[in-house]
Amino acid sequence: MTNKPDYFDEMMQAGGAPRAPYADYHDWFTSEEPGRLLEKSAEAEALFRLTGITFNVYGDPGAAERLIPFDLIPRIIGGREWALVAKGIEQRVRALNAFLHDIYHRQEIIKAGRIPARMIAQNAAFLPQMIGMTPPGGIYTHIVGTDLVRTGPDEFFVLEDNARTPSGVSYMLENRETMLHMFPELFSKVKVQSVSQYPRSLRRSLGACAPKACEGRPTLAVLTPGMYNSAYYEHAFLADQMGAELVEGHDLRVVNGRVAMRTTQGYKPIDVLYRRIDDDYLDPLNFNPDSMLGVPGIIDVYRAGGITLANAPGTGIADDKAIYSYMPEIVEFYTGEKAILKNVPTHRCSEPEALKYVLDNLAELVVKEVHGSGGYGMLVGPAASKQELAAFRAKLEANPDNYIAQPTLALSTVPILTDAGLAPRHVDLRPYVLVSPGKIDITPGGLTRVALTEGSLVVNSSQGGGTKDTWVLEE
Amino acid sequence: MRLKIEHQTTYTYDHPVPYGLQQLRLRPKSRDGQEVLSWDIDVRGGTREVTYEDEHANTVDLISFDAGQHEISIICKGEVDVTDRAGVVGRQMGFVPLWLYQRSTPLTAAGPLVRALVAQVKRADTELATLHALSAHILQAVPYSTDQAASDLTVEQALAAGHAVCQDHAHIFVSAARAMGFPARYVSGYLMMDDRVMQDASHAWAEAHVAGLGWVGFDVSNGISPDARYVRVATALDYRGAAPISGLRFGHGHESMNVSLQVQQQ
Amino acid sequence: MLGKTAGGLFWLFRYMERSENTARMIDAGLRISLTRSSAAVSEWTSILNATGLQNVYLQRYDTYTGPQVIDFLLRDETNPGSVRAVVESARNNARLVRTALTREVWEAVNECYMALTAVLANPVSDRDLPRVLQMIRQRSAFVRGALHGTMVRNDMYDFARIGTFFERADNTARILDVKYYILLPSIMHVGTATDNVQWETILRATSSVRAYQTLHDGEVDPKSIAHFLILDRRLPRSLAFCYSKIKDNLAYLETDYGTRHPCHDLADRICKRFSTFDVDMIFEYGLHEYIQDFLTDSAALGQQIETDYRFIE
Repeated sequence: MTNKPDYFDEMMQAGGAPRAPYADYHDWFTSEEPGRLLEKSAEAEALFRLTGITFNVYGDPGAAERLIPFDLIPRIIGGREWALVAKGIEQRVRALNAFLHDIYHRQEIIKAGRIPARMIAQNAAFLPQMIGMTPPGGIYTHIVGTDLVRTGPDEFFVLEDNARTPSGVSYMLENRETMLHMFPELFSKVKVQSVSQYPRSLRRSLGACAPKACEGRPTLAVLTPGMYNSAYYEHAFLADQMGAELVEGHDLRVVNGRVAMRTTQGYKPIDVLYRRIDDDYLDPLNFNPDSMLGVPGIIDVYRAGGITLANAPGTGIADDKAIYSYMPEIVEFYTGEKAILKNVPTHRCSEPEALKYVLDNLAELVVKEVHGSGGYGMLVGPAASKQELAAFRAKLEANPDNYIAQPTLALSTVPILTDAGLAPRHVDLRPYVLVSPGKIDITPGGLTRVALTEGSLVVNSSQGGGTKDTWVLEE
Repeated sequence: MRLKIEHQTTYTYDHPVPYGLQQLRLRPKSRDGQEVLSWDIDVRGGTREVTYEDEHANTVDLISFDAGQHEISIICKGEVDVTDRAGVVGRQMGFVPLWLYQRSTPLTAAGPLVRALVAQVKRADTELATLHALSAHILQAVPYSTDQAASDLTVEQALAAGHAVCQDHAHIFVSAARAMGFPARYVSGYLMMDDRVMQDASHAWAEAHVAGLGWVGFDVSNGISPDARYVRVATALDYRGAAPISGLRFGHGHESMNVSLQVQQQ
Repeated sequence: MLGKTAGGLFWLFRYMERSENTARMIDAGLRISLTRSSAAVSEWTSILNATGLQNVYLQRYDTYTGPQVIDFLLRDETNPGSVRAVVESARNNARLVRTALTREVWEAVNECYMALTAVLANPVSDRDLPRVLQMIRQRSAFVRGALHGTMVRNDMYDFARIGTFFERADNTARILDVKYYILLPSIMHVGTATDNVQWETILRATSSVRAYQTLHDGEVDPKSIAHFLILDRRLPRSLAFCYSKIKDNLAYLETDYGTRHPCHDLADRICKRFSTFDVDMIFEYGLHEYIQDFLTDSAALGQQIETDYRFIE
């Protein structure tokens, strides 16, 4: 165990005492039979299977329907710690929406020289069809999942802004339900801020962005690619919890100038569509003509003010990893304030000097595809073999524009429960943010993803990560 | 010049169409040098769903097929006053950044043939003169001919074919101008040919953005810049974005199209 | 409510009902092959006929043996109508209409799927068979129970019920259709043991042995069996009972939506058949013909419901 970097553990201090937010939980934990907790762990898994919280792994049809492992040691964040994070997220999300409006209108930030025009001009995530279009309520990113990592008591970094269609919120909700079900007594001991209001807030927040064509109470629907999609459970869950219909492209068509769903009593217009399919597949008439998932003409109706799409098409330009590196400038430009949350220093490999630095220091860096997600196509330098490094070097040299690189951060750890007792594992955090006119609503906590393999920094569920319930204590 | 336009497009199907949509970019706008006095679109066999402005400020009508139709007709009628401005359209309006007009599209992506053509164009003293030289050079390299194999050729395919219709000419100009560093765009519209009332089809030409002047039109096929006989209807990066009618339909069966177009001076 | 959702509910409950009906038929076949091995082949043939799966079976096998037919009906991967496949289809439909189900109904379906997938992963031994058949029926009953106990009585419930009774009536009619000949009056068989066993199969396949005995003082005769399964509204698997429920549920939809559709007229017409014919008239008309007419009308009703409530475009 030489040369092991010192990680910040969120539960235990050096010397064996718990950190303040964990004090009450630690009391409870030490009084528990370890055997009972392991039994509870198995019980939780059975519960998740019964509920059907499963996901499909892309490109692996044989392994349909896997469970994301759940660890029952909660991740606990103090009320004051959280307040700072929430303030930082709110500032950032405000800036993102201002940025999106600007990019699809006057592009002042480019004119002011804060972002080079080519960052937008050469970016496939810029959607020309959105030029000059202001979405109903002026909101572009109705739902944001900001990925955060922590390196110290007050050191939070934003890893990604996930402004397209962030997933995972159903796990946040089901993890809490499971904990409440298994350890009801714990919640009378420790005062935890509630998350269960999320579906109601989502409904209210989306409803507040109804288009001008809406008459009366807005009709909401969730658009899913279908039951074979990896996140289908979540789509059904959110529709169910919001009391909205869960629709697929073939349930919808343009009728009387609106996008309408086929009901048992004929076509009924939809006001707000929470769509969980990518821009490109949204409309075969306007985008990818081969898409079988979308609704022909939905973009025409959208531009004509007949429907609200959440999130708006074209928001990908704001969570692109190359644009990410400009977020401190973006926050400052639109809010007039310094960014509260830090950005991870990012090397844009499209720039020759940065590329040279990255190639020279590959073994210390994390390299990611600009448009990648889900932990695919990325290199974690310190964990890579010589062959992997060489192979990635070749990819980088062949197409440097496609990559950014970041230093490996000393991600904080939270213990998980193993047969041998508690063992620290690296975690990240994805809080969920709802944006509506005049209101930014951040659910206290979010989804904590945990790398279950000792020493691993990759928390993605598709790569063997698990989840934890996340507690934000009342102040 | 006051032009009276009557433009009818009819699609006929051998099987009834259960469902279909068409986007129409068929509404000319009043602007400097062009005043639309009246304009109506009548759709038979279909229903107008929405009308809106797209990112290029083209007015788009989305129409749906009435269920089970064998035929759908789109009839445009109107009068437009046009002033000859020697092809000068003027400065860029709206929110589209000029760099967008330098993006290539699948139809206009420059390949070896476009690059070879660009290399042959003589650079003149002014940008405007260079663009006129480009236009003349294209017409010489690929003369106008209505005998074209397909309607959706890429610029490289059209150059390889050795001859072109107005759509191909406009695409080649747009592609070459972009390769030379100019923002450029495709224009669809109407042209009154002096020698006839019944026109064969609607027309297409190109515009390039010239410092100081703004957008300037070039009709490669006719070797001139648009004058008072040209009515501008829609613009975009290429034909696909500015097509008078583009659509999607369910069901199988064969489609045939019939166009009748009259443009005459009042 | 989406048309697709209505269709999904209809099929979810058809499949749940089908899984237990198949279990019942296996039970009946098993019983007769144990008591009268000479009748086994014809018994398994008619069971495969009644499930509509005989052609699929013959693509795979040339002979009819109990274990082979049972394995085919329970878990054969080439059989889209096996209990295992039907339960999977039920669960897929439940996933499709997840938002229309209560958590209890969904969990009952999911648990049914998980439990049956586990027990049907390997061939079921003779010893385990009764337990497995009982489990299939019980799992289906749990789903029905969750539906009764937790679902709001609205259009969703109506479509679920229509699916249940549609499948059940279809099942009873098919059993009668493949067995009608043993109910026909024949001098040869009157009073022999053959008939008693055969008749009992019919009752066993519809889970109505006890009910019949209670209501008929143990007297077994073909006419009263036919009457019982077709016209007796006290029996929850009789055609008349199922159709009165289908008619009721369609009527709720008519009231709820304020629209009468062609399917309502069609259902009324089928119901009328049960009130205007008594069992003597049925035998006079021809039991076989009567059942055939019913099956034709019921297939038409299924299609009409699908069209009227826009299950598909």
